[in-house]
Amino acid sequence: MKMLINVPETVVADALRGMAAAHPELSVDVANRVVVRRDAPVAGQVGVVSGGGSGHEPLHGGFVGPGMLSAACPGEVFTSPVPDQMVRAAAAVDSGAGVLFVVKNYTGDVLNFDMAAELAEDEGIQVAKVLVNDDVAVTDSLYTAGRRGTGATLFVEKLAGAAAEEGAPLEHVEAIARRVNDRSRSFGVALSAVTTPAKGSPTFDLPEGELELGIGIHGEPGRERRAMMTSREIADFAVHTVVEDLLPSGPVIVLVNGMGGTPLLELYGFNAEVQRVLTEQRVPVARTLVGNYVTSLDMAGCSVTLCQVDEELLRLWDAPVQTAALRWGR
Amino acid sequence: MTDQKPDRTLDTDFFRRWLTAATAMVEREAGRLTELDSAIGDADHGSNLQRGFRSVMTELGRESPDGPGAVLVMAGRQLISTVGGASGPLYGTLLRRTGKALGDAPEVTAEQFTEAFRAGVAAVAQLGGAKAGDKTMLDALEPAAEALGTSFGAAAEAAEKGALATVPLQARKGRASYLGERSIGHQDPGATSSALLVAALADTAEATP
Repeated sequence: MKMLINVPETVVADALRGMAAAHPELSVDVANRVVVRRDAPVAGQVGVVSGGGSGHEPLHGGFVGPGMLSAACPGEVFTSPVPDQMVRAAAAVDSGAGVLFVVKNYTGDVLNFDMAAELAEDEGIQVAKVLVNDDVAVTDSLYTAGRRGTGATLFVEKLAGAAAEEGAPLEHVEAIARRVNDRSRSFGVALSAVTTPAKGSPTFDLPEGELELGIGIHGEPGRERRAMMTSREIADFAVHTVVEDLLPSGPVIVLVNGMGGTPLLELYGFNAEVQRVLTEQRVPVARTLVGNYVTSLDMAGCSVTLCQVDEELLRLWDAPVQTAALRWGR
Repeated sequence: MTDQKPDRTLDTDFFRRWLTAATAMVEREAGRLTELDSAIGDADHGSNLQRGFRSVMTELGRESPDGPGAVLVMAGRQLISTVGGASGPLYGTLLRRTGKALGDAPEVTAEQFTEAFRAGVAAVAQLGGAKAGDKTMLDALEPAAEALGTSFGAAAEAAEKGALATVPLQARKGRASYLGERSIGHQDPGATSSALLVAALADTAEATP
């Protein structure tokens, strides 16, 4: 597989150097792999820190800036970052008001953030942690590592970040993050496998004419393989699966997310089908976001995330945000 | 294979040579580990361990940790700081806790090492929340820790057997668990690399008079 890289070993560092050049409003520490908003720490504000394996861009570095993340720690491709990065990020953004770690529920992320939280607390930084686990494709949470963190990560980071920007104390920022995760569910499908730079060839074999239902964001195969479906059929399946699990009793924010290899033309067409199903299901839609936000390298496919919002969450969603990948208001 | 002499002594150099042998083994098998990981994971186990063990070698060259315990604690910390993912904290904890249990003696007996290694394996089980049969590193490490009481060679054999025995298992921890029944029929990459680590230990013991 051809890739726009030099050598696999330097893809993350190369991308960070490029990000630093494109975004002077960010402070990018290429050697230590930490992306921090340049004005951090902001007096009186809770720091919101996330991180995870690379390969999901713009998550998380693209979401650093006023109104969202204070800092992000990119790991190797599809590999959780190490505790040293998280401690460094926490120290860089802590104004004394404490730091919230937003952790996607994967064994590696959880272990490394747990270790980092202990080390940061040893340095006198107050740390709270919120786990994102929105992927309904994982049904058997007793016999697995539990539901994965996927599209809802964007909602948690945006809404917790907006609360922090308003000056909310750590307990409240943490409570917002938990509420957003509790009220969010996702389901993803893959039309192609993913090629990691380290391997250079697709991680699994997905023949023409078939798709994977219930995929994560790391190129791992899904739970079920079927004959290729139309956009309409995929939307029916995905939205029903999410709605049956979330059982929304009020308006939702919709994220129609591309996995990195599907054109926006197709994503918008898919969104039309998603909105149709939601109307049929009588689920009111408050806001919709369409684009490649929580990706899986070059994978073709998409995910649907619904987040049921109340007045406060909707206000936080509409609040200004100034990041590389998400910006509105002000 | 000869039975272990429980009072056989192992010095600092033994542990340095173990880590050097493990690094060579990881370098040689990185491709296979990544291949196994691409079937039921995310295709990076080999390259992640390669990065970690290379940095252990660099650090060993720079620093001269004094005593078997210090060598393993340093290696464990280095893995935690460079590997990432789940294997960083898990392998790091295995070596760090084994090292801590060895204390600061300049030499340890094979019996003391066996006890310390068992403490390291128990720490891995506690950190990851997995048990034998979940299709993880522990399926190689637990039988190895058990057999280490007999000999280093027996431990390597038990680990290898344990890794092979993960093939028919369904993963219940880690990223492979998301596959459900589709994880059956593949050898666990973590159990495989764990077996390599124990094989390197046996090779080192074999080469030590």
